[in-house]
Amino acid sequence: MTVEIAPRPRASLRLPMLVSRTLMCVVGLIFLFPFLWMIATSLKPTNEVFATGTSLIGSRIEWGNYLVAATAIPFGRILLNSLVIAFAGALLTVTVSVLSAYAFSRFNFRGRAALFGVFLATMVLPQEVLVIPLYLMMQKAGLVNSYPALILPFAFGAFGTFLIRQFMLSLPPDYEEAATLDGAGRLRTLVSVLVPLLRAPIAVVFVFSFIEYWGSFLWPLIVVNDASMATVPIGLEMFSGERGTDWGPMMAAVTLVVLPSLLIVVLLQKQLQQGVSMGGFGGR
Amino acid sequence: MSSLARSLAAEGTAASSAPSARRHGAARGHSRAAALYLSPGMLGFAIFIVVPLVISLVISFFEWPLFGVPEFVGLTNYRYMLTGDPAFWISLRNTLIFAVLYTAVNLTVALGLSYWLMNLGGRWASFFRVLFFIPVVTPMIGNALIFRLILNDDGVVNQILGVVGIQGPQWLNTPFWAMLSLVTMSLWQGMGYNIIVLGAGIAGVNPSVIEASRIDGAGAVARFFQVVFPMLSPTIFFCTIMTVIGAFKVFAQPYALTEGGPGNSTNTLVLHLYRNGFSFDKLGYASSIAWVLFVLVMLVTAIQFSQQKRWVTYDS
Repeated sequence: MTVEIAPRPRASLRLPMLVSRTLMCVVGLIFLFPFLWMIATSLKPTNEVFATGTSLIGSRIEWGNYLVAATAIPFGRILLNSLVIAFAGALLTVTVSVLSAYAFSRFNFRGRAALFGVFLATMVLPQEVLVIPLYLMMQKAGLVNSYPALILPFAFGAFGTFLIRQFMLSLPPDYEEAATLDGAGRLRTLVSVLVPLLRAPIAVVFVFSFIEYWGSFLWPLIVVNDASMATVPIGLEMFSGERGTDWGPMMAAVTLVVLPSLLIVVLLQKQLQQGVSMGGFGGR
Repeated sequence: MSSLARSLAAEGTAASSAPSARRHGAARGHSRAAALYLSPGMLGFAIFIVVPLVISLVISFFEWPLFGVPEFVGLTNYRYMLTGDPAFWISLRNTLIFAVLYTAVNLTVALGLSYWLMNLGGRWASFFRVLFFIPVVTPMIGNALIFRLILNDDGVVNQILGVVGIQGPQWLNTPFWAMLSLVTMSLWQGMGYNIIVLGAGIAGVNPSVIEASRIDGAGAVARFFQVVFPMLSPTIFFCTIMTVIGAFKVFAQPYALTEGGPGNSTNTLVLHLYRNGFSFDKLGYASSIAWVLFVLVMLVTAIQFSQQKRWVTYDS
């Protein structure tokens, strides 16, 4: 085999690259096709959904589907519920994680390694295993159909603590020591010195936690039975339960749900990519 | 990258080796202060994870209706599961089939796509990574509804097949195709996650090593298996662990796409658990299914950790 040391001529690089990029665009389009079809269907009269074959457009553009979707489910309300729950849940997760990570990385106490080991091991525990006792607990506490029931059970996983602790360990304690010498208490040092230095992992924990709450399905399905407390996925489930075959309005409803999710991906893409390059986990 | 995936895997093998708190901790032995900072996290951990896990085991020995008086029945639920409930074995088998298919295809395709994306270069790679990530964030129930539409007997997939003269199958109404549809929809939904993780891993592979092997005359395929794969193996290991766990928990997809059907042909463990608990009012029996799921996931994860020496290389 001939040894190729000199850089290849540019022209020969360009053509395969062009082919490769074009092919990737085709893959991307096929990948997005379900969304495209969702939007197309959301604008067709329901009786034409299957009759129009492979055509993207029906005999007329049926904007009314969106009106039906938006009035059949309390769309504003479920969107608000989901946003409040995801935001509050992510905030709680971050706060708890920072405090625990601080304790696990900056203090030496008996049983620390064992406690951390057990805690970490629950990262592989499927939440699904816990839903029945959690439901009974919420029932006892009178919290069925409430924000706390939707928020609390997911805020104490090990992922956030693990990630933030890992970054804390890489920070030399000098900063804090300087602050402590200045007379700042531990909590103030944590908040004003460490937290700003940990912005990146904190953002990542926040984003992944947010997405987890946003997409969560099984738990809300169990603990919510009142439309006014429904999250976005549950609202959609209720809607499809009522009008399972009314495809036009249903795809309009799905579109209304997909759009804010799309917005989340676009807004948070930096943290997403950064996040997984940090450690690559979270999510569902 | 993947230093975290790596240390996580390492924590999994060796008991966490208290990383020199002496060096870091200005405050040594301040147990009380530590307890203060730990209390919110550990309290929540106890209330929402440890206690429910124990209660779940207790409930599994009872006949426990949602409203009414629970009755202790010993191992009856487990005996019923193993000998009296054929749907349990079917959903266990389905879950295993799903887990194997989903994990194998997911990892292979995600690895291929992220390697391909890396070769396309910076902006292209990050654009497509975000694109493939979209269905991860859109609610699963919405994704399932879209697939129910396009895989309908008269849906667009069969219409397109019809154009090229193929009579498409009943995607959601025959056992074989329903399982395949379930896997396909789940792959579409979940693969973007691994594409991003593996993409970040590949970006961390030293390009000069790849270049060196190119100069040594290794072809693209050999280069991938001899150079890229070993260096990426900790990330792949991590992805495999998380993907398998995710596959064992599969619920929303069969719930919304196929309703476990036709018959029980796409029923899964968590769907079976959910139905027994909240449709059939058998919380005790559902809890015994939950514990079997728990033990199964732990077992599979432990086996994977014990086998990692065979193919995962941590020194790069």
